[in-house]
Amino acid sequence: MELAKLIAELQSMTVIAAALLIVLAAIGTAIGFGLLGGKFLESVARQPELSPLLMVRMFLMAGLIDAFAAISVATGLLLLFGKNPLLGEIINAAAQKVS
Amino acid sequence: MITQSEYIQEHLVHYQLNLHTLKIGNGGFWTLNLDTLALTIIIGVLFLSLFYYVAKHATSGKPSNLQNFVEMIFEFVQNTVKEIYHGASPLIAPLALTIFVWVFLLNTLDLIPVDLFPKLLSFVGINDFRAVPTDDPNLTFAMSLSVFVLIIFYNFKVKGVWGLGKEAFGAPFSFWLFPLNFIFRLIEELVKPLSLSLRLFGNMFAGELIFILIALLPWWIQWTVGGVWSIFHILVISIQAFIFMMLTIIYLSMAHESSH
Repeated sequence: MELAKLIAELQSMTVIAAALLIVLAAIGTAIGFGLLGGKFLESVARQPELSPLLMVRMFLMAGLIDAFAAISVATGLLLLFGKNPLLGEIINAAAQKVS
Repeated sequence: MITQSEYIQEHLVHYQLNLHTLKIGNGGFWTLNLDTLALTIIIGVLFLSLFYYVAKHATSGKPSNLQNFVEMIFEFVQNTVKEIYHGASPLIAPLALTIFVWVFLLNTLDLIPVDLFPKLLSFVGINDFRAVPTDDPNLTFAMSLSVFVLIIFYNFKVKGVWGLGKEAFGAPFSFWLFPLNFIFRLIEELVKPLSLSLRLFGNMFAGELIFILIALLPWWIQWTVGGVWSIFHILVISIQAFIFMMLTIIYLSMAHESSH
């Protein structure tokens, strides 16, 4: 019974952590991309002849922003759908106690 | 029937060679990821021999389609390098071309179905084959550390020990704060390989994980989500290859030119 409680506690915590990982990454990139796209459109409206040059730079910045959000989302998804690495320790400790 | 998390776990295991016992399996630090090695070498050889062939058979007359294509890539990289780095270097442009095309081709392997290679190779007795080399952190770190070594080498070669010392100890604050300056400089340099490799790895890993999750959906819905993500992923693939090349050029030109 105690084991079930422990596992439930860990899993609820893990779900919250995964949700935070995904949500914060989404918020961060959303704000970043919003600023980036807005500034890009503004500067293209001001100087349309610079548009191809700025497009390349914008995509470069987009890739730079994207990377760490992608790591965060991947970690979150792995915790959510994959095998929870933290669960193994509880099960190991329980197995030691039983034997 | 295997469960969801087992399926994901299965797809995240490399085909490894234990160097202690020379058998297949995980050997801690002394492990070779055979799938990553094989795919990178095969694709590298294919790409280099194709470009070599085109370069040897290039004509100034009417170019073939292949020659046009290779020239297009070549000129794109050349222009990018010229924009950023103004000196003469025998290394930067070829390195940039190699990195761009190689990373792009390795990333492209992400677009083939996730179960195709593992399934085909399991018939010849190779289990746990991962088809995308760039989502192995060992590969991305190997590439970024090679760039890092080049950065250090050119820093010493162009500026000399005295010039580099003056730059590392004398900036951004005055010379009297030299320990602080040196720590700043050290962090600035060490972050370069770390961010370079983690950026590529993170993007590719996230991409592959989402493809694996899509593969878990029922078959009649897969093509909608899979199609959308594949199209988006083409963008990510080319941007990541481009960024890796771009940052390599920027870092190497920073090593050539005294910035302070």
